[in-house]
Amino acid sequence: MRRRCLFLASRAAKERLLLARTSPAAKALSSAAVSTEHQTYDTLPPPAPSESTSSQAPSSATFAGGVELPLTSSLHIVKAESQPRWPVYRVIDTDGALVPGAMEPELSTELAMHMVTCMVRLRVMDHIFYNAQRQGRISFYMTSTGEEATQICSAAALSGGDTVFGQYREPGVLMWRGFSLQNFADQLFSNTDDLGRGRQMPVHYGSSKLNFQTISSPLATQIPQAVGAAYALKQQKLAQVVACYFGDGAASEGDFHAAMNFAATLECPVLFICRNNGYAISTPVEDQYRGDGIVSRAPGYGMAAIRVDGNDALAVFAATQEARRLALAENRPVLLELMTYRVGHHSTSDDWSRYRMTEEVKDWQSHNDPLRRLLAYLHAKGLCDADMEQAMRDTERLAVMAALEAAEKKGPPPLQSMFEDVYRDMPQHLLEQRAEMLAHVAKYPDKYPQGRGH
Amino acid sequence: MLSRICRTAVAKSPLAAQARTVQRGMATIDMPVREAINQGLDEEMERNENVFLLGEEVAQYQGAYKVTKGLYQKYGEKRVLDTPITEMGFTGLAVGAAYKDLRPVVEFMTFNFSMQAIDQVINSAAKQLYMTAGDIPVPIVFRGPNGSAAGVAAQHSQCFAAWYSSVPGLKVVSPWSSEDAKGLIKSAIRDPNPVVVLENEMLYGVSFPMSDEAQGKDFLVPIGQAKVEKEGTDITLVAHSRAVGHCMAAAEQLAKEGIKAEVINLRTIRPMDYATVIASVKKTNRLVTVEEGWPQNGIGADISANIVEEAFDYLDAPIERVTAADVPMPYSKPLEEAAVPQVPDILAAVKRALYREK
Repeated sequence: MRRRCLFLASRAAKERLLLARTSPAAKALSSAAVSTEHQTYDTLPPPAPSESTSSQAPSSATFAGGVELPLTSSLHIVKAESQPRWPVYRVIDTDGALVPGAMEPELSTELAMHMVTCMVRLRVMDHIFYNAQRQGRISFYMTSTGEEATQICSAAALSGGDTVFGQYREPGVLMWRGFSLQNFADQLFSNTDDLGRGRQMPVHYGSSKLNFQTISSPLATQIPQAVGAAYALKQQKLAQVVACYFGDGAASEGDFHAAMNFAATLECPVLFICRNNGYAISTPVEDQYRGDGIVSRAPGYGMAAIRVDGNDALAVFAATQEARRLALAENRPVLLELMTYRVGHHSTSDDWSRYRMTEEVKDWQSHNDPLRRLLAYLHAKGLCDADMEQAMRDTERLAVMAALEAAEKKGPPPLQSMFEDVYRDMPQHLLEQRAEMLAHVAKYPDKYPQGRGH
Repeated sequence: MLSRICRTAVAKSPLAAQARTVQRGMATIDMPVREAINQGLDEEMERNENVFLLGEEVAQYQGAYKVTKGLYQKYGEKRVLDTPITEMGFTGLAVGAAYKDLRPVVEFMTFNFSMQAIDQVINSAAKQLYMTAGDIPVPIVFRGPNGSAAGVAAQHSQCFAAWYSSVPGLKVVSPWSSEDAKGLIKSAIRDPNPVVVLENEMLYGVSFPMSDEAQGKDFLVPIGQAKVEKEGTDITLVAHSRAVGHCMAAAEQLAKEGIKAEVINLRTIRPMDYATVIASVKKTNRLVTVEEGWPQNGIGADISANIVEEAFDYLDAPIERVTAADVPMPYSKPLEEAAVPQVPDILAAVKRALYREK
């Protein structure tokens, strides 16, 4: 057991050294110390030099499962704290300037501007819908403020046919794929045009047409489902990946561990995209886990992984693109940990001032805002200026307000729709109950002004 | 021990022999329940390549109870998956696969372990079609042994019929005979809704006659239809799964005393075939429900409420419920026997309902 720990520690350490290329030891190993080069490490390094001085002592042995493992006579319990931290892949710095030595991803002007537009739209939409909840016009809302790049720039690197499983803080992915502001507003108001027909609470969006699985409340249940979906796609021989989003807190759930382990054994093309935003409601990451974030768990499952600056639009885009390529080319899962920050409350039922310092939030907002960084990068390229930015905000604000007002005016779904979709075909007892209800409503129309249905 | 007596009683009873004679065409054979389920799984896998099995020990080990015997050899590792030990993991995986139009058949080694995956079954499978407004159907089957076994104590003996059958969006079936077992697993796999199939370990080795028709590849037992196993005029006995066998044995004993009991095998718990029970009560005017689950909020409680609502005027006596004792299942044999309904318990309930005894 000790020996196995040491082996894994040294192997994992070697991987990280080669990835980081920052430590003196690593620099000695490599000739070109470029910290941001794409690196997928998939061959086993040579075993650590044996501590045994005897030339007759074997350096490895075979254990259960036919696994050959190096031996050591040195008693060394490895502490996790002694391991180097996983490096964060970054392309543009917090001022939007290209990091020296970084490779700029190929990004057409059109694509870059579409990213900006979506990020602006999402931010404006969040602001207005959040306030609508405060005004009592909708019952509940969750914002994505500060995490726009994690959603939109990863979505931009996926193909429309890839299936997406989200947690609840990924409307940007839906938005990127074409879910309209009206679609969002209708869902929030649970009106007659709500694609979910008034069945779900706000922000539980979904669209099978856009390959975005409807949001489900219990945390992390979507993670093993994503693996199953990838299994199905593999059986159906479709060249598509499944992208599964979840947060730093959800990664503590049992479903996460079961799914990670499973995915590695099944060899399916899944991208596990963790938005590590520092908080699970009020629980900071220090209380959520002791390891080095979520990414450090991947080698334990035998899975490829990368840690990315989640507020760096270009890095998120490039990393997702490469992860997708790898997943498809080698039929393997990849874990991406996107380091970001949740600027807003967990939801409208939360108040972060009860557990966070205002200074901390303001600091992130002013110094590390994903939208500002991308805008600065594009500004330097002459693709965007302050006037354009303002014009975008104005346009989106008007569009969101229009969608909100239109949604508010629409009535609820017809009462009889309540009985539909329990089963594929309506069972007898529900047919009877529905008829009974409609007769009752018809008898007392004044008591049910909105319920007449069509 | 008593169950073995019951099985022997059923197999050797004149009534059973009569049934076999009546049914015996050219090729009626006796088939154990386990083999009937295996045949049903095999036929449905052959019929639709999207059907696949997964669970612990289902492939190379041939199934913990050998129900999936031979299927791995026939269909390979893509259609019969041995999973790591994680009910929440493989159930979640199966649900995700069902979202993408595959037809998984998930085996829980026993339904007790389904509690470790119950959120996926209820929140992600049962409610999904409704929550997505008809967008995402979930054609998934959850099967495995449910309820009492022998000497496996509290954590391996719980009956989940009441819990699963309370959920709108799920269908729940509970076979007794081999025909039930084969016909229901086939119907479950073909059903586009999520279906829970509650088998019983003690029944796996019990043989029942399989008619020529039942051996056919398209033999289906419709979900939602109870079966009158034995006709009678004096009292109605309603049960599911293993308890049906006890009722049949009780009915035989009652016949000797001149009491003609009608035995209804529910076969499906949700949607419950109340109509068959009501029609029977209209004829006999007395009802005893028998189940191996616990008394509170059980199957008998639900049937009782429905009969009182729909057929109160036809009742000549209060409805009697025979259920397991309200205790976690003990291990020790005499305690276990005392905790589960036996034939004498059914006879006592019948006599009370007939006002023959207090």
